[in-house]
Amino acid sequence: MGSLPGRLPIATVTAPSAKPRVDVTPRRLPPHIRRRRFLLFVANHSVALTLAIVFLMPFVVVFLTALMSRQQALSTRYWPHPFVWSNFLHISNFLPILRDGWNSTVYAVLSSVGVVVSSVPVAYALSRMRWRGRQIVFILVLSTLMLPDQVTSVPLYVIFVRFHWIGTLKPLIVPNFLGDAFSIFLLRQFFMTIPEELADAARVDGAGDFRILTRVVIPLAKPALAAVALFQFLYAWNDFYYPLLYAGNNPKTVTLAVGLSQLLSSVYVHFGVAWNILMAGSVIFMAPVILIFFLAQRAFIEGVTLTGIKG
Amino acid sequence: MGDLTIMGGQAAERQKRRFTRKHLRYYGVVLAFLSPWLIGFLTFYLYPTLASLYFSFTHYDLLTSPRWVGLANYRFMFTDPQFWQSLRNTLWMVVFATPIQIAFAIGCALVLTRVKRGAGVFRTIFFVPTMVPAVAATLGFVFLLNPEGPIDRVLALLHVPQPLWFQQPFWAKPGLLLLGMWGIGNTMIIFLAALLDVPKELYEAADIEGAGPWQRFRNVTLPMISPVIFFALVTGVIYGFQYFTEGYVASGGDPNTLGSPQGSLLFYGIWLYQQGFQYFHMGYASAMAWVLFLIIMVTTLLLIRSSSRWVHYQGGFQ
Repeated sequence: MGSLPGRLPIATVTAPSAKPRVDVTPRRLPPHIRRRRFLLFVANHSVALTLAIVFLMPFVVVFLTALMSRQQALSTRYWPHPFVWSNFLHISNFLPILRDGWNSTVYAVLSSVGVVVSSVPVAYALSRMRWRGRQIVFILVLSTLMLPDQVTSVPLYVIFVRFHWIGTLKPLIVPNFLGDAFSIFLLRQFFMTIPEELADAARVDGAGDFRILTRVVIPLAKPALAAVALFQFLYAWNDFYYPLLYAGNNPKTVTLAVGLSQLLSSVYVHFGVAWNILMAGSVIFMAPVILIFFLAQRAFIEGVTLTGIKG
Repeated sequence: MGDLTIMGGQAAERQKRRFTRKHLRYYGVVLAFLSPWLIGFLTFYLYPTLASLYFSFTHYDLLTSPRWVGLANYRFMFTDPQFWQSLRNTLWMVVFATPIQIAFAIGCALVLTRVKRGAGVFRTIFFVPTMVPAVAATLGFVFLLNPEGPIDRVLALLHVPQPLWFQQPFWAKPGLLLLGMWGIGNTMIIFLAALLDVPKELYEAADIEGAGPWQRFRNVTLPMISPVIFFALVTGVIYGFQYFTEGYVASGGDPNTLGSPQGSLLFYGIWLYQQGFQYFHMGYASAMAWVLFLIIMVTTLLLIRSSSRWVHYQGGFQ
């Protein structure tokens, strides 16, 4: 606890060494300080290591259980013997995993496309164009973020019943083609940082706002577009509430999140607790997300920091 | 001379007309760009919000048209024991779980600032659980915390009493708290960024003043990261009041067992879901939604008003 927190470890070296004595190597600290510092290093790292084990444990246990036979999963065994990789195939006896996975994929991919396509022009109008009432519209956009889903979901259900959209994926996908407040906000923040001179140069060449958007702003904002698409993809993949509400009553449109949640009760009722199958399902469901995370890790952590502080 | 002024007038008029036409076209472009959001706002926010306000004063079961009942839905809430139970359960998550999770996130971020070897690896490991989809994470914890599961086996080895977690009313919500603590990565990363932004001169000044580690944390670190604590509290409270997925899955993922054991996992969002989408009491569900909205608004406003007393913005320091 004695060392200074901060990204510069050098900061600790500036601690005043009070005793004035002739020293040939002035950078070498007195032994008691060095010992103290070494103990601190060990203490800090053992705390970090303990936490790391705690954070990783659920992953390890879930994964190992997914590889056990049903009896092993119920026993006190920690290591699968033998490894039952076929659980990942077997799961389709309990859950139409391909169809549910396909539904989740359709929802995630199409809604990501929709969010990007529809939010970009809105964000452009809110950041790069000047007009009366812009501020008010921006505040309206943000205010929709504060409205709980519960308020709108009942009348929306009524609307979707009228449209005969309940039991299809349409209620999940179509609204995303009509702008998403969070994405509009994120894109607007990014568009604001693009220098005005670039747009002016295009304007001198006779380009209108549509041309400026497609030729200047979008190419420069590719990372932000990717971030928005990625966030929406993950949101849709993980989403439980809306798929349960609007698509959960039709077995053909159940998404993986909803199907997996139902697996728990059906496995209990019909087969006794098959933890191995349940955990295999969890692993399959989280695998794409974890994979995406490791592929885009840096963008991710930075994106979270950005939206967190700005939002 | 007369001609001249007339001609001048016409030219100005023409100029003006051209200007307004150009202006109109500009606003046309703005409108075209805004149109996706505008349509979405009207159909998916404004109309449903007003409709749900109207429904909340009606009896509506989807089969027959809404029948005006005045404040009956709101009055019924006061006598509905499950409404109060769901509110109590939700308040538990907001009042206990949220602050504990924020404190844990700060703790993990502090640990990360002190790690010198393998900082990136530790950061990744602490962060990853937040990526796991809520349904998968909850299922994982339902297994981890089952009475014959790994955690209780470890507790048995240590001769510590083993709770039944999701099968015992008293321990079900603490089980969800553990699940929440596992997934604090998002919040932690924001705190980590804030901690690394604290100017180190402030710590040096505190050292010169002879401050101990606790005083340094209390008087330098906490005030400096208070804007992020505020942000985490506001978002955490808003999220906490709408708590749904984890509670739904942990109580069995079955419409017939929702809220079990013994209603200890009956959260506000779950009771609203059952009323609206299982029993099709659309009027009552809408009234509950509006009460939830009001609770969230009032709590957020109270937090914002209290913030001037404990949130320090960095400008004040320099």
